[in-house]
Amino acid sequence: MSRYGRRRIANRVYLALSFAATALGLVFLFLVLYALLRNGVPALSGPLFTQATPPPGSAGGLANAIYGSVVMTITATLVGTPIGVLTGTFLAEYGKDSRLAAVVRFVNDILLSAPSIIIGLFVYEVVVKNMGHFSAWAGSVALALIVIPVVVRTTENMLVLVPNSLREAASALGTPQWRVIVEIIYRAALQGMLTGVMLAVARIAGETAPLLFTALNNQFWSTDMNAPMANLPVVIFQFALSPYSDWQVLAWGGAMLITLTILVLNILARILASWSNRSP
Amino acid sequence: MAIATVSAQLGRQRVFDVLFRGATRAFAGLVLLLLGGVMVALGVGAWPAFSHFGPAFLTSTAWNPVNDQYGALPAIFGTLMTSLIAMLIGVPLAVGVAVFLTELCPPLFRRPIGTMIELLAAVPSIIYGIWGLFVLAPFLQLTVQPFLIDLLGDIPVIGVLFEGPPLGLGMLTAGFILAMMVLPFITAVVRDVFLTVPSVLRESAYGIGATTSEVVRSIVVPYTRTGIIGGVMLGLGRALGETMAVTFVIGNAHEIHASLFAPGTTISATLANEFTEAVTPLYVSSLFALGFILFVITFLVLAAAKLMLLQLERRAGT
Repeated sequence: MSRYGRRRIANRVYLALSFAATALGLVFLFLVLYALLRNGVPALSGPLFTQATPPPGSAGGLANAIYGSVVMTITATLVGTPIGVLTGTFLAEYGKDSRLAAVVRFVNDILLSAPSIIIGLFVYEVVVKNMGHFSAWAGSVALALIVIPVVVRTTENMLVLVPNSLREAASALGTPQWRVIVEIIYRAALQGMLTGVMLAVARIAGETAPLLFTALNNQFWSTDMNAPMANLPVVIFQFALSPYSDWQVLAWGGAMLITLTILVLNILARILASWSNRSP
Repeated sequence: MAIATVSAQLGRQRVFDVLFRGATRAFAGLVLLLLGGVMVALGVGAWPAFSHFGPAFLTSTAWNPVNDQYGALPAIFGTLMTSLIAMLIGVPLAVGVAVFLTELCPPLFRRPIGTMIELLAAVPSIIYGIWGLFVLAPFLQLTVQPFLIDLLGDIPVIGVLFEGPPLGLGMLTAGFILAMMVLPFITAVVRDVFLTVPSVLRESAYGIGATTSEVVRSIVVPYTRTGIIGGVMLGLGRALGETMAVTFVIGNAHEIHASLFAPGTTISATLANEFTEAVTPLYVSSLFALGFILFVITFLVLAAAKLMLLQLERRAGT
């Protein structure tokens, strides 16, 4: 065979392999989603949303776990977002090329990928040990620590995209810098920053590891932030590994709820981001 | 407006300016403190175990809560082994996906396919865990593992890796799931650095008659080597600390086996399984010591990844 023929065949093989890799990734995603729907849909029923987690062998739902997940996710987002936004503002507006900003950027990127179970250990040592008991507050703190780096990164990226002419125009009118940032820069970057917050919510909604030894779990309906609180991920962990089939069904139901919520949040965030890119 | 009110207003604005600037700075400092705080808190928690066992903690294979004897080696081995498997499977796949998305894919499908690959990263760890336990493990146990045992089990040296009964759970299953979990992270970085290759380079190679695969191998990959390694390290950092998915499928045994089918454990799986059940102070402290080791390893890997990517950014900036 000619050298050219060999090269062409090598090229085909190479490209076919890269196509196969992509196909495998997509098939994997669909297999996971398919299993979630097939096993999760039978769990869908009224009691799933209205009753608390049952003891093995009796009927029940995930109401307390859903409540706990929602409350802790909201609390963590409310705590983490302002901290993340202000830090991102420092990196994009005040710090920029300073040494402090470079170090903070570096550390933030490490925190972004750091194992979440380490965050759980940290909060256990600092919060749970000092309070003397597991609590929903501790769980929220652990989740907030995961929100912060996500929001810092997206905030900085979005603020940097705002054209300098806006800053200069506002400053030329004599606007104090803090008002330039809060009333003009934030407004220009709002959609992008919202995207970041949504991605952060999507990230923590399914986080299990940091809740294992902070919020722990609770068999019963509880709204006390000072006590252990049920939450979907930990309930899924406990129920899926149990030998009881009715618990396993509930685990699949919870898994489907979480995944669909997170995928919807991710897709909405992407749509929002592409909007904000289109209309500068 | 009287001059006095204007200057009072200006003064107030100046105070606000200082306050706002100070607040952003303070929170930036807080993020720094956070990393230091994690390090210190884990160190404090781990100290009793380290001082009790000494350096032997790192090399001991004992893990016996009844006698209060703990050693980190099986967990460290499992962590490194599963991550190694994940990298061996995940890196070629991730690079393949990146090549497909940048060189091969029609522009119309580039975004939807790219988004779907990114969604692999959005699915929470615990979902991969429950799927791995109920769907993947039985499948591997019934089909793939017996096949591998028949095929490779009798070959000397390599055969050791495929010894033992097909349990479905174990190192290989954990490594495979980890590979799929880190794939989107590596792909994202590799795709981005592929796009930094100047079109002039690419076009000159095509111009002298190179095929697509030759362009990728001799132009794109060498040009972006640092970035690719950075992306791989980033994925490695993720794989090392991944908790829930591994906890479901690793088998949770504090043992070291050569076989890929044998159950094992990782640092993060040990923490997830045993932390709330640890009763003696030395047990808790040993778990903190494991966490400390994991944090140090991931910190080093992630820092190296970050430095490599920064270096590339700087080069692209000039």
